[in-house]
Parts: sequence; structure tokens; C-alpha cells
Amino acid sequence: MLSASVVFASADQEKLMLELTTQTSLLDIRGVCRSFPKGSGEELLVLEKVDLTIHSGEIVGLLGRSGSGKSTLLRIIAGLIAPSSGNAKCRGETIVGPPNGVSMVFQSFALFPWLTVLQNVELGLEALGIDSTERRTRALAAIDLIGLDGFESAYPKELSGGMRQRVGFARALVVHPDLLLMDEPFSALDVLTAETLRTDLVDLWVEGRLPIKSVLMVTHNIEEAVLMCDRIIVFSSNPGRVAAEIKVDLPHPRNRLDPTFRQLVDSVYARMTQRAEPKMPTLDGIPGTSVGMVLDHVSSNVLSGLIETLAGPPYNGHADLPVLAGHLQLEADEIFHLGEALQVLRFAQLSEGDLMLTDAGKRFAHLETDARKKLFAEHLINYVPVMGLIHRVLDERPSHTAPAARFRNELEDYMSENYADETLKTIVSWGRYAELFAYDEQSELFSLENPH
Amino acid sequence: MALQDIRAPTLGQALRPNIWDGVAFVLVIGALVLIVYGGEQTVVPLSTLDAAPVSLDPANLPLYALRTTMRMMLAIVCSIVFTFIYAALAAKSRRAGMVLIPLLDILQSVPILGFLTFTVVFFMNLFPGRVLGAELACVFAIFTSQAWNMTFSMYQSMRNVPKDLEEASQSFHLSGWQRFWRLDVPFAMPGLIWNTMMSMSGGWFFVVASEAITVGDTTVTLPGIGPYVAMAIKEQNLPAISYAMLTMFLVILAYDQLLFRPVVAWADKFRFEQTASASAPTSWMLDLFRRTRALRALTYPFATLNKAVSNLHIALPGGLKMRARSGPSSLIVDAVWFAVIFTGTGYAAWKVFAYLSTTLSPSDVFSAVGYGFITLARVIVLIALATLIWVPVGVWIGLRPKLAERIQPLAQFLAAFPANLAFPVFVVIIVRYGLNPNLWLSPLMILGTQWYILFNVIAGASAFPTDLREAAGSLHLKGWRWWTKVILPGIFPYYITGAITASGGSWNASIVAEVASWGDTHLMASGLGAYIATATEAGDFPRVVLGIAVMCILVTLFNRLLWRPLYAFGERRLRLG
Repeated sequence: MLSASVVFASADQEKLMLELTTQTSLLDIRGVCRSFPKGSGEELLVLEKVDLTIHSGEIVGLLGRSGSGKSTLLRIIAGLIAPSSGNAKCRGETIVGPPNGVSMVFQSFALFPWLTVLQNVELGLEALGIDSTERRTRALAAIDLIGLDGFESAYPKELSGGMRQRVGFARALVVHPDLLLMDEPFSALDVLTAETLRTDLVDLWVEGRLPIKSVLMVTHNIEEAVLMCDRIIVFSSNPGRVAAEIKVDLPHPRNRLDPTFRQLVDSVYARMTQRAEPKMPTLDGIPGTSVGMVLDHVSSNVLSGLIETLAGPPYNGHADLPVLAGHLQLEADEIFHLGEALQVLRFAQLSEGDLMLTDAGKRFAHLETDARKKLFAEHLINYVPVMGLIHRVLDERPSHTAPAARFRNELEDYMSENYADETLKTIVSWGRYAELFAYDEQSELFSLENPH
Repeated sequence: MALQDIRAPTLGQALRPNIWDGVAFVLVIGALVLIVYGGEQTVVPLSTLDAAPVSLDPANLPLYALRTTMRMMLAIVCSIVFTFIYAALAAKSRRAGMVLIPLLDILQSVPILGFLTFTVVFFMNLFPGRVLGAELACVFAIFTSQAWNMTFSMYQSMRNVPKDLEEASQSFHLSGWQRFWRLDVPFAMPGLIWNTMMSMSGGWFFVVASEAITVGDTTVTLPGIGPYVAMAIKEQNLPAISYAMLTMFLVILAYDQLLFRPVVAWADKFRFEQTASASAPTSWMLDLFRRTRALRALTYPFATLNKAVSNLHIALPGGLKMRARSGPSSLIVDAVWFAVIFTGTGYAAWKVFAYLSTTLSPSDVFSAVGYGFITLARVIVLIALATLIWVPVGVWIGLRPKLAERIQPLAQFLAAFPANLAFPVFVVIIVRYGLNPNLWLSPLMILGTQWYILFNVIAGASAFPTDLREAAGSLHLKGWRWWTKVILPGIFPYYITGAITASGGSWNASIVAEVASWGDTHLMASGLGAYIATATEAGDFPRVVLGIAVMCILVTLFNRLLWRPLYAFGERRLRLG
């Protein structure tokens, strides 16, 4: 540990100098937008007018649903992609390419499998042209700090997931960045490993032993954000916008069972369900007229299982999302997906962090397989516009067949190719379950081959 | 403790040799001496070749084998350098890729032995009166048989580098040059090594064929295994042919054990997977080198040099550039680029037409195409026959792991063995029994390439999941149903891979297989291969060009219309796991 602090000292002096010139903020994002080309050739907006400032000495969390553009924002800050408009500045300089003093930890670890732990950690220093003796000292210090002692000559494939992500941290820390970016760094790890790593990191941070000034982490795990961050930026989806900013003043180490902690988690859940709603047609509103509804693929088995769980005790048709997520061992993001799928089908309704079964949902829970399929089919045709469209087209055509491309094109008027693919996959899977139509993967053809 | 492995060994320890050092040292010095000796022979004047003609004395065979091997090595080095440059260019520059990749695709289907006609003349003129010209022509022929699939593999790997590693290397400020050596090359390594191995296997065939060449008035006979066999054929010396085959057998064995196995075992660390695999490839040679202390110390300067080179600050296009959208200026450059490509293509087409039309008439084209279809029919029938024989055999072997372990290296060895060395044996039989050459010369085309089908099917059957076999057993699937529903779909992707290689190789082999001789007896089957071979011998360039062009088109069409759709189908529907 001693060697680590000695090495970091000289770097700290450099940082002090820099701090005098750019005292105000480490990172300054003003009105950043980013769009990607849609399948139809138009642009799809994923980030809309995002403002964000990060000061020295804080851990900031970007919290949002998957597809809310938070990873895109992180990549803009990392200099990996350019904003379509707006201004992103790091330490007072506009970001063009990966800025100095920023390093990144990846969700997938992104370790080079042909390099040993030590070589992986040294890689960033080599790119900076640091001579080999200093490189070795600094790398060993970082490895020491992050608890990888003894693993220096191991290859990543010999390590467990947790150890691999420690290498990811060491590699990012060894360049002594001002700002550490983390892209869902714990989401590929199992529950226990992730928790150990989180607390280790927070401990090092609190003790001031990390050679960094600030951390920006992307996550979709609400408890993780509340556990680690000083400030949580909640993102809304479609397009990604800053929906809310929540300050977390709890002292470290934080206790997950502490009532204040639970209250905070609950309020974040509530805020996120609130924001998720406008995307979906509401129960009492006009049924969605747009074909351009993005459907995330959820298996009909999972949906049935969830409806049964909700209908039974202790929920009896009404569940608090954090409780349900805990019970089913799901991430917040996953439970949102499921809840929204049920909401689209009008089997349940999401609001204020709660998930409630509708009458149809309660009926569904007590039906036999065939009757369930019938009800499911009815809801699909009535509430999922693109399903209604496919059904109509197949009915009207004399051949009772239609190529998938016909609907894919229509979808791509509204969404990117990836989303269109995902939506089509969902349609096929739900349609097959409901026995609405048959689909041949080889010829990509919908047909009424086995109509019921 | 673990740190000891990564630090350079301390002086006292490093320089105290152990027993393995002695063994390895002899091997290294021996290789160096052989290389120098072989190299000295290439700069002598051409006339010495005539003064010291190839002799059938078996005592000369080791030297001939050495020369042949050196040509192979030189060609493989050239292929690797070419691969790095060409693939990098095609992968990093969109505009270059537009031209380079289709070009590579066509080059792959050009019959290599057809190339020889031009390259021999070209290189002989480049170094008039020196053996070097002929040597280079030969090396170039081997190079053309090796480079394309290696380049394709490298290109494909470079296009499929995992996105997170790409982002990591960008985020850690690796320069384009550093990225190439730290990310692109290591990632491409396993595929590249496998393809290099396949290339080397095919290369033996061409080295033997291209060492003794006659183009019009120019006859080149380089000291090597190929001319030795040619001489033996002329003198009807069957024992000499068996000596040559034995020598080749030993050469390929040595090359496999001393060079390729160590490389494959070493390259295992580049395999891109996050979990350790159950059985890593092993090599006694690599183990030997890893056990030596002093020799390992000798490699440190090389490792340092390698590190220094890959860390050089050389500006290269880094690939993924930060760009929100391409501006109008890039559209203009595109337009200019297209104009350049099309003008160049048009000019070349006109030149070719002008050259060919002076000597050839449309009837020549028809006859060439007609011969092409005869050879096509041969290829199809032979592949079908080889399939009927080797698929059941391969499945039978592949499902018996113990047996497969022993047969697999043998099948791979047979694929590498230059089948043209064995041609005389078959010709003798045909001559003795007066068989119809049109029919009986055909099997020679597939003599060397059928093994690709065998070892790929063995690999497929070995990889067939046990649970599926057990499921088939418990469902009482037997006989015909078992073949069509269980095992054939299971090995299909593997079979297709083998069949593609085999059919490509057969086209190439047709140029040497459709014409054969034994002493003064010359046999000829009618076909495109014989057409090209005769034109080459007569130095009739327009007909060589025509023959090559027809073969090129037929091979490309055959690949596009049959093999690719089958391959795509296999990958999409029948790939297990």
C-alpha cells in the first residue's frame, strides 16, 4: 500500500497545477444531442439537449432504462463518438477523440485475452509512452491497490468475472485519470461478487486512495446508484433526456436496510415509472394508433408466470416494484420491461412504482391454456397496432401470406433497424403463442397456415 | 512468486544452460547453416544448372528437399507480409476495400499453375541469366497458392474485432500502429495460423509442380524434389519416385513437428474466449524450448525489439474515426474514386480484348468453354464419388474418439502430401493395362484433395454433441433415418468446408492431372486443364489467357451458385451450439 501512495504523489502535484486553471468543473456538457440513422434513412434522436456538469470529488450516476441513451452519452464523454450538436467539454477543452485524463471501465471488461494481467494494466501507460521502469512500478502499485496481488502473470481467461473486472479497474486507474467513466461495471457479475467489488471501490474512494477526482457511472440498477453515488441523474427514454437529479447525502458506508435508504430507492422507482408512462398508450386514453410502438421481446411464458405471481398471494393483484424485483431477483430494468409488456397488453398497469393487474389480467390468471391463448390473441389484435395490421393484411390477401419485409419497412419508418428487428421478433413470438398466424423463418413469410 | 515469470531472469540463472539448451541449440544452429547453404545456391548463374543437371542419385535428395523447403518458407514469409498489408488496407480504408476484396475473391479462383506461364517469363527477364529469376518465379507461384485465403481470414478477423476491445484501445490512446500490433494481429492470429497451415498443405503440391517448368522455349529445372520426379518419369525409374515420396513424407513430418505444432500450441493464447478450454494443443518442440533457460534468454532481445516496433509512434488511419456524418467532400472523393476504378477497368478490358482478338476467333472461345464443361463434369462426379466414400468413413471414424485421434493427423498429412508425386504410379498402371485416359486420368484430380473432405467430416463427427447421439439412441433412430435426421445435418457445415477446399483444389490439379506421361508415353484427357497445359508448353499465351479466364469464370460461378448458398444454409440452420 505504501508504494501505491508514493507513486501517486507526483501525479497529484500535476493535477494540482491543472486544478488551478480549471477550478470550476471537470466535465461540462451543454445541449448535447445525438441521433443515429433509422432504417428508413431518417435520423432517430437518442439524446436530446442534455446538460451535465461534473465537479471534482463526486461520484455521479447516470440512471436510466436500457435504450435511454445513457451509454451513448458516456461514449460521447469518452470521446468515442461525436455529438450531433451541442458542446462537450472536458477540463475546459472541447472533446475531440478520447480526452487525456479520462479512462473507462467496461461492462464486458474489454480485457485483451492474449495479454497477462500485468500487460493489460501496462497497456494504457505504454500508449502514453511512459518508460518501462516507471510503467512497471505504477502498474504494480495499481494491481496492489485493487487487490490483484499474485495474479500478475495470469491470463484473463484464468480469472473469475470479479477478478477480471478488478483488472479492468486497475487498467483504468493506472493512468491516474481525473475522471473515471464506468459503463455498468457490475452488471455482468453475479450478485455477491458485484457487491464485494462495489464496497471495495467505495471504501477506497472514501479513504481517498484512488488516484482520481471524480467518477461517472452508468447503471440501470437503482439500489446500486443509491448505494454508491453522491448524485443520481435519472434519464428518460425516447429520446434520452435528463428527467431528474437526485442528491444522495447519506454517509458512507451506506446500509441497504436503512429506512432512509429504502425510501430513496422507492422514490427513484416511482420517478422512473412515472417517466416511463408517456411512451406507452394509457389505459383510459385512446388505444395506441401508431404502428411504431417498440416492443421488447419478452417470452409469453414469462408474462404468464408474472401474471400468476401477481394474482397470487401475497400480492393479490397489486405489487410494489422494488419488493417484486427483490422477490423475483430481477434488476429494476428487467422488471420495468416485464411491467411495460403487461401494460401494453392491458393485463396490468404501472404507476408510482407499483404494478397492478387489470381485470383482464386477473381473468387470464385463472384460465386454461387454450382460453389464455384466445384472450392473449384478442388483446394483441386490439392493443398492439402492428399486430392488428398484420392480421388485417393476412385476412385481406387472397393468398393469406405476407412477407415480413412489408411490415419491417413500416416499422423502420418509426425506429432504428435494431429496434425493428427486436419488435418483429416479439411479434412473431407472441403471434405464434396466440396462434394468430404462422411464420416461416426461411422465407420470412407470415401466413394464416394454421388459422384458429 | 508469480512475479518471477514476468521479469527477465536474473543473470546467473539465465546463463547456466541446462540439458535442453544443448538439444535446442543444435537445432537452431543446424537450421541457420542449412538456410545459409541453400541461399548461396540461388545466386549462381543459370548455366550451372545445365552443367550439373538433376541426378537421380538418392544421396542428392536431402539437398533437393532442403531447396524445396526453403522455397516454401520464403513464399510463406512473403504471404504473411502481403497478408498484413493487403488486409489492413482493405479493412481500414472503405475505398480500398471496395476494390481489394472483390479482387481477392477472383484471384482465389484463378488456377495457380496458369499463372506460371507469365511469371516465369517475367522473372526470367528481370534477372537474365541468373538462377534467382527462376527461383523467384517458383516462389511466386507458391505465394499465389497461399496468400489469398490467408488474406481473407485476416481481413475477416479485422472486420470482426470485438467492439469493446476497439473502444478500450481507443480510450487508452493506442495509436493506429499500436492498435494493429496489439489488437488486430493477435485477434486475427488463430484464424491466420489455421489458414497458413492449410496454405502450406496446398503449397507442397505447387512447389513440386512449379520447380520443373516448360514455357515455350524456356525450360527451367531448379534443383528440387519436383525436377527429380520429372527426371524419374522421363527415365521410367519407379524406385527413384518412391525415394522422392519417402523424402517428401519426412519433410512434411519434420515441418509439422518442428514448425507448425509449436506455432499452433503457442498461438493458443490468442484464442478469443473468456474461459479456458479443456484441451489445449501441445507440442513437444515448444515444451523443449520453454524448458531451456539460455535459449529463452536469447529470445529476450527479439521480444524487446518486437515491443519497440509495435510501440513506434507511426501515424496510421486508426479505423474508427469520430465522425457524426460524412460531408459532401467525401461524396465528391467517392465519385472521383469510382471514375478512376471504372476507367481503369475499361482500359484493361479493352487491352485484353485487343490482345486476344488478334490471334483468337470466337470458335476458340467456344472450344475452351466446351473443355471447361468437360472438366466441370469431372469435378462434380469426383466430388460426388469422394463424398459417397469418405462421408460414411469419416463419420464412422469421428464417432470413435480413440480412432479419430489417430486417423485425423494422418488425413491432414495426406492432404498436405503433394499428390503429383504419386501420379506416375497411376500412369504406369494406365499405360500397362491400356486404360482410357479420358476416364482413368480423372481420379488424379482428386487424389490429393479428397482428404480435405475426410478430415473435415471426422472433425464434424467428433464434435457432434453426445447428448444428441444419446437422444437419437433413446428414440430408436436407426439406419437411413439416423443418417438423414441426425448425423448428416450435424456434420453438414464441416462437410461443406471440406468440399469447397476439395473442389477448388481439383480445378487447380486438373492442369497437371489431365496430361501425364511415363517415359515416352504421353497421355492426355480432353478438358480445360489439358487445354491450358498444352498451351503453356507451346508458349501460346493468348490461349493460356483464354483458358485461365474460362476456368476462373467457371470456378467463380460454381462457388457462387452452389457452394456459397450451401455454406450459408449450413451456417444458418445446421450449426450446432
